[in-house]
Amino acid sequence: MAVEMLSFIDRKSPIHQLTGATKLVCFLLWSFAAMLTYDTRILVLLFIASLLIFKISKIKVREIAFILILILTFLLINNIAIYVFAPQQGVAIYGTKHILLQLVGNYDVTAEQLFYHLNITLKYFVVIPAALLFIVTTNPSEFASSLNRIGVSYRIAYAVSIALRYIPDIQRDYRTIALAQQARGVDLSRKEKLPTRIKNAASIVLPLIFSSLDRIEIISNVMDLRGFGKNKKRTWYRNRPFQKGDYIAISLLLLLLIISLVVTFYDGNRFYNPFV
Amino acid sequence: MSRGITTKTIVAIGIGTAVFVILNRFAAIPTGVPNTNFQTSYAFLALMAILFGPVAGGLIGFIGHALTDAIVWGSVWWSWVIVSGFVGVVIGLFANKINIEDGTFGGKEIFTFNIAQVVAQAVGWFIVAPVLDILIYAEPANKVFLQGIVAGAFNILTAGVLGTLLLVAYAKTRSKSDSLDLDL
Repeated sequence: MAVEMLSFIDRKSPIHQLTGATKLVCFLLWSFAAMLTYDTRILVLLFIASLLIFKISKIKVREIAFILILILTFLLINNIAIYVFAPQQGVAIYGTKHILLQLVGNYDVTAEQLFYHLNITLKYFVVIPAALLFIVTTNPSEFASSLNRIGVSYRIAYAVSIALRYIPDIQRDYRTIALAQQARGVDLSRKEKLPTRIKNAASIVLPLIFSSLDRIEIISNVMDLRGFGKNKKRTWYRNRPFQKGDYIAISLLLLLLIISLVVTFYDGNRFYNPFV
Repeated sequence: MSRGITTKTIVAIGIGTAVFVILNRFAAIPTGVPNTNFQTSYAFLALMAILFGPVAGGLIGFIGHALTDAIVWGSVWWSWVIVSGFVGVVIGLFANKINIEDGTFGGKEIFTFNIAQVVAQAVGWFIVAPVLDILIYAEPANKVFLQGIVAGAFNILTAGVLGTLLLVAYAKTRSKSDSLDLDL
């Protein structure tokens, strides 16, 4: 069960030096820009920018290759599904029809459809590097304090911090329970029929959930005993003051968001239309 | 919001999120339909929403789904993350109709719970998720509605079967409020 998950990669780079709060704000601004626009020119600009930022962060492609393969496979399946279900979606969006290749029924390949697929794929390519970078360059302990800094209640921020802290523990519990049940002859693999598999999964999930409910009891008692939640504010061990780089990064991202919104909605349409 | 939340709810959100992520990652059973699984995590989400209420349910769904997406897929699919939060909130709203801490979870409670989870998930997966997909990602309507219906149906089934089992098992661990008899 050696399943890889993304985690923090410590390195010395300008991106790592930014505070967690800055990276969170930048990531959110970036996501907004990428979510709202469908303008090809902006998407290409954002894509090039994200490659540059990736370069600066000194994270190697090799270190995140396993996840990239997963994402690319998903993207490919998604693109095929879109074509199967809506081969003329592009025509509907751009309002013209340039047939490149005659096929049966509704499945004529049109320039508009290909352009639409290019845009959808670009949209993912714009979001993915930013999200990956945010995850691998932000220290999990710093993340909670950043949430608090951008205005999330510290109680909620602390809940997120608990979640990040306990994911490895719960994973270990899961593994222990799964191995114990397998030792008793519970088969979790494909060899079993579906109803048996569900029943067998329950034999792992149940103990895991009950031990976690016990854990909730213990941790909340400990926190109450130490007076958690008594005051309106709290301090964070992993809190760093803003520096010049942080202000520059946030201003750049704000500028980028504004430019992309202006360009996108200037002609009153989310889509950039090269066909008219 | 900040004053009404007890320490226990906070910890429940934290640990609940961690369990949700792990279940999403490891305890998904393939259905045979490509890319669709029985997500045991939604049975767990229903349980937590009933035990700790709408705030906990909503946040476990929202943060849990966002974290899973982030560490497993490397990018967050916001439209569906919002729906996970929505499902948690709606099931949580039924929490005070079911007094599970009294140790009673019989026919009536099972019925209420299943109405709650079916309503929450049907609205969430069949309507909200596809509409958000169209608004944010401009994906074709028939594709996203089909995806929503398939995923939603499996999630409703999982929460109905496994969720009910979990709640029954939990109720057994509580002592009934009328379990003491006067010894004459």
